[in-house]
Amino acid sequence: MWDYSEKVMDHYRNPRNVGKIDNADAVGEAGSLACGDSLKLYLKIDNGIVTDAKFQTFGCGSAVASSSILTEMIIGKPIEEVRKITNKDIADQLDGLPPEKMHCSVMGHEALEDALKNYFNDEMEFNMSETQDKLICQCFDVHESQILEAIETNKLKTVEDVTNYTKAGGACGKCKSTIKNIIDEYWAKQDEDKPKLTQTQKILKINSVIENQISPELQKDGGDIELVDIEDNKVYVKLRGKCSGCKNSHMTLKVFVEQTLQEAVSKQIEVIEVQ
Amino acid sequence: MDKLIYLDNNATTKVDERVLEEMIPYLKEEYANPSSMYDFAKKSSNALKVARKQVQEFVGADNEKEIIFTSCGSESANTAIKGVLANNKTKRHIITTAVEHPCVLNLYRQYEKQGYKVDYIGVNANGELNIEELKEKITDETALVSVMWANNETGIIFPVEKIAEIVKEKNPQTVFYVDAVQAAGKIPMNVKNTKIDMIGISGHKFHAPKGVGALYVKSGTIISPLINGGHQERGRRAGTENVPYIVGLGKAAELAKDSLDYESKEVKRLRDKLEQGIIKNIFNARLNTAPTNRVPNTTNIGFQYIEGELILLHLSDIGICASSGSACTSGSLEPSHVLRAMGIPFTALHGSIRFSLSRFTKEEEIDYVIEKMPQIIEKLNRISPYQDELEALRNLK
Repeated sequence: MWDYSEKVMDHYRNPRNVGKIDNADAVGEAGSLACGDSLKLYLKIDNGIVTDAKFQTFGCGSAVASSSILTEMIIGKPIEEVRKITNKDIADQLDGLPPEKMHCSVMGHEALEDALKNYFNDEMEFNMSETQDKLICQCFDVHESQILEAIETNKLKTVEDVTNYTKAGGACGKCKSTIKNIIDEYWAKQDEDKPKLTQTQKILKINSVIENQISPELQKDGGDIELVDIEDNKVYVKLRGKCSGCKNSHMTLKVFVEQTLQEAVSKQIEVIEVQ
Repeated sequence: MDKLIYLDNNATTKVDERVLEEMIPYLKEEYANPSSMYDFAKKSSNALKVARKQVQEFVGADNEKEIIFTSCGSESANTAIKGVLANNKTKRHIITTAVEHPCVLNLYRQYEKQGYKVDYIGVNANGELNIEELKEKITDETALVSVMWANNETGIIFPVEKIAEIVKEKNPQTVFYVDAVQAAGKIPMNVKNTKIDMIGISGHKFHAPKGVGALYVKSGTIISPLINGGHQERGRRAGTENVPYIVGLGKAAELAKDSLDYESKEVKRLRDKLEQGIIKNIFNARLNTAPTNRVPNTTNIGFQYIEGELILLHLSDIGICASSGSACTSGSLEPSHVLRAMGIPFTALHGSIRFSLSRFTKEEEIDYVIEKMPQIIEKLNRISPYQDELEALRNLK
């Protein structure tokens, strides 16, 4: 049984804006029957504003909910605003989707992108043309650009994440090592883009991130954190207050503390708890 | 939820009240370890004997020593398969089917990684096994052939008695294991008249509680135990016997044996009524299997151009429980390996729904499903992007 939010349930039970617009100004498609989900999105655009949107979806509850809420999100909005919508925005509007279902929000976003591309009929507007965009997952027809976009928008770190968001690697699994390389290259590049820090600068930066970003968050829950030592990329910390002895403290360390430091300082950072 | 119409009995079944009643004394006052010497242990030790006899009669075994109690169907399969292969390390060839239950398939994938050669025999569009292919694959090197008695998704029955003859004729040393989890309680089993070496069953599929199963091992078939330790189950499965659940399994086996006639007539009648009611009234519904050679309680119907999880969610909203071979419900991203092995077209594959009845299914429940199904499917058809294809199907019918 999936843990769907009330909003997801409401939207698959009573989907909004179902159907076709006969004289649509833009039509976008994503997915395929063979892959198990597909979506057609129809837009009416007037003076740069989306005046109407309708959809038809073949897919599960969360696919219908993602399509339905997407039409509500874009009707009445200027194109410039609509273009900025990401898959994460769709999932957020639904109060979240189970991780295995995130690809439904991605499909909604892809159909929207396809519709806009078709409206502008201008491939240059989009960063990668189809010809140089490598096909990564043959089972689900997923290209490199889709994987990179999912990684960037949702800060994905593992192959499993990428499969949940794009379906790539979810069938035969042959492309998993390629996906792993794409993830590693993407994050290695993010590190390169950050200015190189000397060891002293790094220590100062870690200290400041813990004091200004991490500690205030933990204090909200009645806990806190203390920096004990730094050795190369190993950061030794002690958990305080309610965090110490909390059975979720390992999650706090790995998911919150380590990821925050990795994003702000370096991907190489490893956080270790000392008792 | 007020209404509950449970049509997912191939997933699990409700515990029969009479089974529960038999179990309760062994959860309360009769808690003695059946291996103990004092009189207080006599009742629990006797209860084990009775249950073993009941299961022996249920599967049609020659004697009760051929029955090993386990914790579930997966343990029965693991004990049989690992037990045979550990005992015969020089032969490294296995034959099974492409549509076995995942608990068995995943085990064979592990053996492949260890260097075993595994042949997966395919099925035709009706879900029937290619027996000629199976026959050809058997060689002197074949340690094990493993075929399910009935398929959990389609209900198709494989002719295991006949396959046993074929296996033994080509290589008498080859052990033949039958996963009978979906056959037990639905069709008669009489292993003593066959050349089947082992069968595995699971209690919760025939109204015993979850957590208990059994393995039949024909006399003369030697297996290494999966769980080592004490002398229980004649050294083939260590661990203090789960007396209350084994008692439940025995009682459920006895009741299931007595209900076989009802299954083959009444449950089948209701299944056929449901199936025909749906297919007649819904233009984009199709039966995914042959109508014959099936266990009496199962039907697998494909709804073209709509998706299975969405159908299940809408059924659930009105209290109907069924299951789907769609990718979205499985947690993986791929649709059912069984339906894919049959070559079910993509148009129906993702919208496949399995209804599985039991002896507790009532006629008015079936009528309710037949009444409600068309409304749900019509609603979902309207959401589908394949309107032209649906229109073409509608005109065809």
